[in-house]
Amino acid sequence: MMQWALLAIGAPFTAFALIGAFPWIRRTGKGAAGLSIAAISLSLVSALFLLTRYLQHPEPQTLSYVFAPFSTVSPITFGILVDGLAVAMLVVVTVVAWVVQVYSLGYMSEESPSSLGRYYAYHSLFVTSMIGLVLSHNLLQTYVFWELVGACSYLLIGFWFYKPEAARAALKAFWVTRLGDVGFAIGVVLLWAAAGTFTFEGLFSAVEHGTLGGQLLTLGVLGLFVGAMGKSAQFPLHIWLPDAMEGPTPVSALIHAATMVAAGVFLMIRIHPLLAATPEVAFWVLQIGAFTAFLAATMALVERDVKRILAFSTISQLGYMMAAAGAGAHVAAFFHLFTHAFFKALLFLAAGSLIHAMHTNDIFRMGNLWKHMRWTGLYFLVGGLALSGVPPTAGFFSKDEILVGVWQTGEPLAIFFLFATVFLTAFYMFRAFFVVFFGDREAEGHPHESPGVMVGPMGILAILALVAGFFGHGLEGLLSHTLGVSEAAGETAHVPGSLPWIGSLLGLAGIALAYLGYQARTLDTRAVYTRFHPVATVLERRYFVDDLFLALYRYVYNLLSDFLGWFDRYVVDGVVNFLTWGTWQVARAVRTVQSGQVQDTLYAVVLGFLFLAYLAMRF
Amino acid sequence: MEHLLLTFLLSPFLGAVILFFVPYRAGRLIRWVALLSALPPLGVSLWLLKGYDLGQGGFQFVHSYAVLPSMGLNLVLGVDGISVALLFLTAFIYLTAIFTSWTIDRREKEFFLFMALLVTGVFGVFISLDLFLFFLFYELAVLPMYLLIGIWGSTKEIPGKGPFAWTYEQIRVGVKEYGAMKLTLYLLVGSAFILVALFRVYVESGASLGHATFNFLQLQNASFDPSVARLLFLLFYVGFGVLAGIWPLHTWSPDGHAAAPAAGSMMHAGVLMKLGAYGVLRVGFGLFPGAAHELAWIVGTIAAINILYGALAAGWQRDIKYLIAYSSVSHMGIVMLGMATLTEPGIAGSVFQMVSHGIMTGLLFTIVNLVYHKSHTRDMTEMGGFAHRMPILATFFALAGFTSLGLPGLSGFVAEFLVFLGAWTSAHPWWLIPGVLGAFITAIYVLRAMRWIFLGPENPRYPDLPDARGTEVLSMVILGAILILLGLYPRLLLDAIHTGVVEFLAHLGGA
Repeated sequence: MMQWALLAIGAPFTAFALIGAFPWIRRTGKGAAGLSIAAISLSLVSALFLLTRYLQHPEPQTLSYVFAPFSTVSPITFGILVDGLAVAMLVVVTVVAWVVQVYSLGYMSEESPSSLGRYYAYHSLFVTSMIGLVLSHNLLQTYVFWELVGACSYLLIGFWFYKPEAARAALKAFWVTRLGDVGFAIGVVLLWAAAGTFTFEGLFSAVEHGTLGGQLLTLGVLGLFVGAMGKSAQFPLHIWLPDAMEGPTPVSALIHAATMVAAGVFLMIRIHPLLAATPEVAFWVLQIGAFTAFLAATMALVERDVKRILAFSTISQLGYMMAAAGAGAHVAAFFHLFTHAFFKALLFLAAGSLIHAMHTNDIFRMGNLWKHMRWTGLYFLVGGLALSGVPPTAGFFSKDEILVGVWQTGEPLAIFFLFATVFLTAFYMFRAFFVVFFGDREAEGHPHESPGVMVGPMGILAILALVAGFFGHGLEGLLSHTLGVSEAAGETAHVPGSLPWIGSLLGLAGIALAYLGYQARTLDTRAVYTRFHPVATVLERRYFVDDLFLALYRYVYNLLSDFLGWFDRYVVDGVVNFLTWGTWQVARAVRTVQSGQVQDTLYAVVLGFLFLAYLAMRF
Repeated sequence: MEHLLLTFLLSPFLGAVILFFVPYRAGRLIRWVALLSALPPLGVSLWLLKGYDLGQGGFQFVHSYAVLPSMGLNLVLGVDGISVALLFLTAFIYLTAIFTSWTIDRREKEFFLFMALLVTGVFGVFISLDLFLFFLFYELAVLPMYLLIGIWGSTKEIPGKGPFAWTYEQIRVGVKEYGAMKLTLYLLVGSAFILVALFRVYVESGASLGHATFNFLQLQNASFDPSVARLLFLLFYVGFGVLAGIWPLHTWSPDGHAAAPAAGSMMHAGVLMKLGAYGVLRVGFGLFPGAAHELAWIVGTIAAINILYGALAAGWQRDIKYLIAYSSVSHMGIVMLGMATLTEPGIAGSVFQMVSHGIMTGLLFTIVNLVYHKSHTRDMTEMGGFAHRMPILATFFALAGFTSLGLPGLSGFVAEFLVFLGAWTSAHPWWLIPGVLGAFITAIYVLRAMRWIFLGPENPRYPDLPDARGTEVLSMVILGAILILLGLYPRLLLDAIHTGVVEFLAHLGGA
């Protein structure tokens, strides 16, 4: 079993190493792409193989080797953990990565060969890191790959490095997630110091035996959560994700929708025993998740950029998952992660197909595309329905589980946020759908359907977006070993049976409203917009959170750094230069004594004689 | 085998002697002599990774050569795990510095001669177990830098501002002579501290051991009066610390590095600053365990200042060379913080950071100097879009930059994280905070520099920007490969460092 896990991570790494080390492979472009896709295919096959093997023998396995030797403390080991959670996540990652890499052949066809090679090198590195993260058996290793996927995200957002916005967005993404990682790093160190190990197994048993607990545990888990907030774009560290849309669209689909951004949620699920032992942190995970879900959905209401609408919806859906993780509904959280990966990647690829055809991101410059881009429209519709939680799509089942899980906590605010967001989600999603594919405006340019290499892979995701909901039960069985079955016990205790219907009705209501506003036009959206102009401005400025961070950067970091730089150059060094100058002045003054004039020398001789005479008389 | 370590001294020294007799105009021959003098030490340092017996530990290949036996002066050579790692660093930096300077076009003979002498000194420090010769080698390593900067350096005057503005113009801050003189004077002041302390050690050892000696192995068994030990510890700390760039005695380093030629900065930031740190660790901490325990808080607190102050001050720099120099000040803080923790992960991280930072800075200064020579500007805000014409340089800058911000998979992460672990488990857990924050701030200024220099649309101001080529690329490939290798497989050096640190801690006691 282990050799399959090693193959899954080793294949893309080999592809990356080859493309990276041999420039001639990179310059072939298509050759590099082929290598990368062959590698991810191998990973996909081994992931599926692992899945079947694990379903037959659900026994977690680990493999580890010493990374750093120690004597006074236990050595640091790295390794692989294959359990239900890892296998399920591995399948998600490899499936979406495979689809995206094939799709990219079409989407990136206008790139120069060398540039295409670079693109696939980054992709292979990303897949390697993401699989490493998924299969990690300890916190430090998770942190290692966590940072690496962040670096890949930086490289891929800034892939078109000549675009200043892309360069800036890449920077912003790295800085903001890195800010969260300050918390992650501290959390890892604290937990290590308390438990003496990095391995999940060791940490969990330390919590169980009570050797790990108290404030240190709380602080440590809080640190990990701060890291997860950065990576999974939770308020207030969500600001990087909308800007990250400057990257190529397939990248957005893979990294900024399906896999990397879900890593924070994955981490929270992975450390669920620690989260269970620190209810105060879990409470904040729930609240921040629910709040983020709502906040991001409201921002999507006024967005015109199709990719940014999807980005906000990603933030929002990640909020759902976080909330579920905080509520202790880990299976539900992972289930939603699972379905969301498919339908959101599908939506992004459909959006990519639109952008590929229209060369714009603005939904109001598209219109009436249904007749030109039938497949893209269909896929967008499927993704939209799934996102809105309309039965029987995948999103319906997973969102429903989350609503049930959060309902059980009895936190009124979180429950309100999550239910309200169902409605908002359906509304903004179908606002985009109606405007882009129907509407009275004709699209500019020459709209055309994308090539088969793009449309084909999307079909796989569309099918998954439709049927993945029915895997729920199987997933629960798969995860039972890792996550336990405790939550199933108390389920439906005080959950009204009508809950799923409320959720779907809210979703349908949102779709209906979008229809009235943007298709039937019985509702004058422009009037609503002008009426609530201040609110709309706040939404368009994204609640000024971006401005707040910009102010922090400008007026705290830059001022501090400018002051210290100046201080060092002109004060610390100024003193040094002053001393130098002073020495020179003294030297210059003293030098005049040595004038070479006979009378000066005579004075000196006389003075010296008198001085010596004085000394002689004195003693 | 017992004379094996002599290779490190004889090879570069013979190289220098031969270079002395090589005619001026024999450009190619000069370079090849220099290169050949670098290969034997490289070979031995690589062999030591295997040849050094990890199971046995301690100092190995110890051999004593009489110099002035009547005064107890001997050339005692030997290596432990820590020196094995640093020899590895020095050998590679010397090799790549030669490759990087392959294209210099002025007074090549003297240039490579001084480099060879300098390296002889550096190797000497890392393998000497006799403190007097240790000091001699130390001086030998420090002094050629004055000439390297003064003759081959670059000048960019800095206009005066602030309270002492009038002095700047008069003493011409920023010209290469200024940088060279400042660096040399600072380091000589440090040497004065060391020299005084050394003689005191010699005298004190007579009282404690019955015979005065400079032999490090014997001195380890000597006991010093606590107040004397404290004084000596501080003298060594300040004396060696100047070279390690401890705050506020660090300002020689930006000016010196900015003025120095590429190979000069590589040698200096890459290896020489490590001599300072190594001196503090080996002599300061090694000989005075009691004082080390008492005074580690000073070392660590100043190191914490170094990390944050250096990283923040780097953010103000617009001159690309100053940026790298300030980042070195910050990273040397990690080295000093690691040893101040007096824990096993901390000291191992400190030594690992010496190597990692050395290789990384070597790479960064190579890149930065190439960018400067091809664009003729050092101001980052005037650059932009260089990645179009210089994809190789951009790639390696990203690699080095990622190392410096502690990206896992590269060597900097291993070092920094070990230091973090040490910091939290030391007597001063709060040291963790400046360490982690420093890594975050580094991400800000390094990636911003990346954007300023390389990203963005093609820059019409620089129509002719040739990328790196030939030996320049070779040197970057070697350094970059080491960063990746050490990041993925740190045990290449960490096994040796680990044995060294364990011995070291055993002497230090009470870890």
